Amino acid sequence: MTEPIRLKLNGKEVDLHSHPMTPLLHALRNEELSPGTKYGCGEGECGACTVLLNGDAVMSCMVPLCQAEGAEVETVEGLCIDGELHPLQEAFICEGGAQCGICTPGMLMSALYFLRQPEKAPGGVREALEGNLCRCTGYTRIYQSVERAIGEAAGK
Amino acid sequence: MNTRTNINTLKCLVPFTIAEALEMKAAHPDAFPIAGGTDVMVWMNDGKMPGRTYISLHRLAGEWRHVTGTSDGGISIGALANYTDVRMNPLVIERWPLLVESARVTGALQIQNRGTLVGNVANGSPAADTVPVLMVYDAVLVLANTKGERRVPLSDFYTGYRQTIMDGSELITAIELPHAALQPNQYFRKVGTREAQAISKVVCAGGSTPGGKQFRLAWGSVAPTTIRSFKTEETLANGADAEEAWEVLKTEISPISDIRSTAEYRLRVCRRILEEFIGHQSVS
Repeated sequence: MTEPIRLKLNGKEVDLHSHPMTPLLHALRNEELSPGTKYGCGEGECGACTVLLNGDAVMSCMVPLCQAEGAEVETVEGLCIDGELHPLQEAFICEGGAQCGICTPGMLMSALYFLRQPEKAPGGVREALEGNLCRCTGYTRIYQSVERAIGEAAGK
Repeated sequence: MNTRTNINTLKCLVPFTIAEALEMKAAHPDAFPIAGGTDVMVWMNDGKMPGRTYISLHRLAGEWRHVTGTSDGGISIGALANYTDVRMNPLVIERWPLLVESARVTGALQIQNRGTLVGNVANGSPAADTVPVLMVYDAVLVLANTKGERRVPLSDFYTGYRQTIMDGSELITAIELPHAALQPNQYFRKVGTREAQAISKVVCAGGSTPGGKQFRLAWGSVAPTTIRSFKTEETLANGADAEEAWEVLKTEISPISDIRSTAEYRLRVCRRILEEFIGHQSVS
């Protein structure tokens, strides 16, 4: 059929075999490369499928696989290195930023983008996370989690 | 199956040069161009694809992802420049502030990192947030095919609901804005259901030249296409008050009731926006 599409997923080169128009989200999930990336709405409203594509936060349900060819993709699986949780993950645990968990991977990736490129969200954490819906927490604990991670990063 | 579209029936062409893209479009006039995918992929997930063949333009980023000043004080926004590229651009921030405002309320950051302004124009949704702004700034579209290119004012581009003057052989390569001649107190108002991630019930952009000699006022979600309210602009330039201007504006708009709002509410909001705009302009 079609040629495999090669990209770098969390630092490792992988070949994907889905159709080039497959949403990146489904290619990653169906090929069991990133089950942590969640499918919420499929129309770019909820942010559960947020990943970083060449460093930019994007909704992976809206990226055709062919457009990720040769790109660097970061998903929630890349946060934890050698069993060591990322400071954002630690902060979400400390502050109770996760409840049912469906929105959490997307929240973490949007938060990671904000940590790295705060200038993209001049309105702060709320703007950084405006594309991520949560039906459990009421957001306060999530904002606190991200603030905590920012504070810890600044303290270091 | 993860989407309501059978993806295996779709064909995806990937050009590596502009010439190749234009040749593909000429050979497949029904092919649908895809830039950031923030509209196309929604249709895919919903099973409402506008065709079977797609031309994915992402390899042309080198040529088309620019936001650059022109020698006459204007700016050129390439077909692949996304909302983030535009709203973070220092020149845009300085001279076209309404573009920054409207890009910031289009979807969320993840959408702004993917969606393009040219795509927003090409899609032809009457609810597009950046299109009224581009109209107020007298935007001109650069349309190209294998035979050459032509420039079309954005306010002449739409012919009906999601209908444009574009030929099947053409692609939009850039949006050009002339030197901004408006006063600093430019106006933008989006009325949606919530502050973030909402599609507009009414969206309006406006401004005036120094001394109120000329006005610009454009509207989204209140007619089959985004419109410039030229007659209202003229009435305002002749010194009309809000009451008189409203009598003219209501002949230029034709809001309907749909999933997002009602005609009655939209009319009421348009009137309030017009009043706010006039107050805003006279402050200067």
